[in-house]
Amino acid sequence: MTGEVLVLAESSGPAFRKAALEAVTEGRRLADLLRVSEIVLAIGNGLKDPASELGKYGADKVILADDPLLAIFHPDYYRQIALEAIKRVNPSIILAAATSTGKDLAPRLAIHLDTAVASECTHLEMENGKLIATRPAYAGKVLLRVKVNSSPSIATLRPNVFTAREAVPGKKPTVEQIAFNRPDSRMIVKEFVTQGAKKLDLTEASVIVSGGRGMGGPQNYKILEELAEVMGGVVGASRASVDAGWRPHSDQVGQTGRTVSPMLYIAAGISGAIQHRVGMINSKVIVAINKDPEALIFGFADYGIVGDVFEVVPALTREMKAFYGKT
Amino acid sequence: MEGRRSLKIVVCVRRVPDTAARIRIASDGKSIDTSDAEFVINPYEEYALEQAVQLKEKHGGEVTVVTLGPEKTTQVIMKALALGADKAVHLKVDKIPEDPGSIARAIANELKGSEFDVLLFGKKGVDDDNQQVGPMVAELLGIPCITQIVKLDVSDGRGVAHREVEGGSITVETTLPAAFTAEKDLTVPRYASLRELVAARKKPIIVKDVQLRALSLEIISVQNPPPRPPGKIVGKGVDAVPTLVKLLHEEAKVI
Ligand SMILES: Cc1cc2nc3c(=O)[nH]c(=O)nc-3n(C[C@H](O)[C@H](O)[C@H](O)COP(=O)(O)OP(=O)(O)OC[C@H]3O[C@@H](n4cnc5c(N)ncnc54)[C@H](O)[C@@H]3O)c2cc1C
Repeated sequence: MTGEVLVLAESSGPAFRKAALEAVTEGRRLADLLRVSEIVLAIGNGLKDPASELGKYGADKVILADDPLLAIFHPDYYRQIALEAIKRVNPSIILAAATSTGKDLAPRLAIHLDTAVASECTHLEMENGKLIATRPAYAGKVLLRVKVNSSPSIATLRPNVFTAREAVPGKKPTVEQIAFNRPDSRMIVKEFVTQGAKKLDLTEASVIVSGGRGMGGPQNYKILEELAEVMGGVVGASRASVDAGWRPHSDQVGQTGRTVSPMLYIAAGISGAIQHRVGMINSKVIVAINKDPEALIFGFADYGIVGDVFEVVPALTREMKAFYGKT
Repeated sequence: MEGRRSLKIVVCVRRVPDTAARIRIASDGKSIDTSDAEFVINPYEEYALEQAVQLKEKHGGEVTVVTLGPEKTTQVIMKALALGADKAVHLKVDKIPEDPGSIARAIANELKGSEFDVLLFGKKGVDDDNQQVGPMVAELLGIPCITQIVKLDVSDGRGVAHREVEGGSITVETTLPAAFTAEKDLTVPRYASLRELVAARKKPIIVKDVQLRALSLEIISVQNPPPRPPGKIVGKGVDAVPTLVKLLHEEAKVI
């Protein structure tokens, strides 16, 4: 007998993370393929209307763990909640977003359930009742198709690759509560320091304007911030500019930074080294602005402008302002 | 507990192809042919190893490197010893398995019953990108694990680490022994001097053949990613900007 599909939905404040809703949408699709229900574990603190929110994305049932101590990810607390939900549901598939939380929690669960995790998947399919996952590896140079031989199969989904789709308006899933009894833990989660005023994380942004060594210095990122602001995006960076101390590491895109897949990635003054490329190659559209017509980045950008960032970027900001003003 | 006590530190390192290396799909269609790749210490474990050596320099103690890999891993072990590790344990296998759970069990078996205060990993291998082994080993050993750390302070049997997460950083405190997985900015790795490279040859390496258990996660095929459709140069300088915006709107439909 095939078990249900269980999705672990994490939150940030009262709302679910976008990446979590993407996982719920994909979980719905798999549940339909398997003709089973989709059950979503909602974890957080002070979640706003979790049942109808998750119902919109397809959940049949919501297991709710809402507690002040669950506001920030704590491995021991989240593990306990997840194992409790798994015990109740007995799923054949468990999905989570490949966020810092999902990637920390999933392998821990795999040990406790004696199963395996397919990490950072970009595509899922079912074959003879088994989950087959596609995932990039070797710096995105290859795609692996992997199979989890044990049950339940666990997969974490790369943010921004799957689409969060509101499919079932007005659907009201049933709700079941999990009471949180704080387990003994040798870890204390002390504080969460937000990084500047940035609202969106790079991995969740749909527009990213990234600057490299060609920006010439930290003060010049202002022009990228202005462009990002107009487009509702965030600013990223190459490693060269992070290592120079111009930008924080959390802004770094690439193999030793973030892997991003926005709708639009604008690379300004970035040469397009392989280690940068792997972090952004799955963007839907890539725009490159570079003064060197031979720069590697023009080899894989969809649109390129050969020019000086200090001229082109401000002009683009003006043009975008005009564009958004019109529509 | 005494204020200053020396630390026993274990760093798990992985041998990976250099990230610039060309990767070819092997003839079986389900593995990678790395025969002409150069191999290095996984970059994330360079940060972890540097952290270990810095902790040793501050508190005194000993750094042991544990690595699971084929015969040829010796070269990576020598590098780790030159960078400041005192000894190494080489868990020898024919090839690194594709199932992180299988790797984690072999490492946990080795560490079970041994004494250490700090267990360090890189956050992920830049080859298979699984990002699982560190927390898996910690769960198998029943010790705390803090992943993706950018800062670590250790004193009086406790560790305080900063995890880098979406939108900020979280401070987590733990009792020792504990495991940590290194994010890029944890430390700035040093270079090994020639003298250290020579000295590394005298440091002990314990080699053990290990049996891996059956794989729970299996690769069924390896494919090349679909090529991106060729792009175009819209033009030169500011004059190209209006065309770019038009293309993004009408052709690419992303704005
Ligand atoms: C193990 C390893 C991991 C790595 N991980 C990463 C990673 O995660 N992310 C990453 O980005 N890199 C990474 N790198 C580094 C990578 O190899 C490159 O060195 C780096 O990406 C280069 O950054 P850049 O493009 O900003 O700088 P450069 O390569 O110096 O390029 C600067 C570009 O700016 C252009 N330019 C200069 N002035 C102007 C101007 N006024 N107007 C327009 N264009 C201008 C130049 O033509 C040039 O193309 C890694 C390297 C290694 C070995």
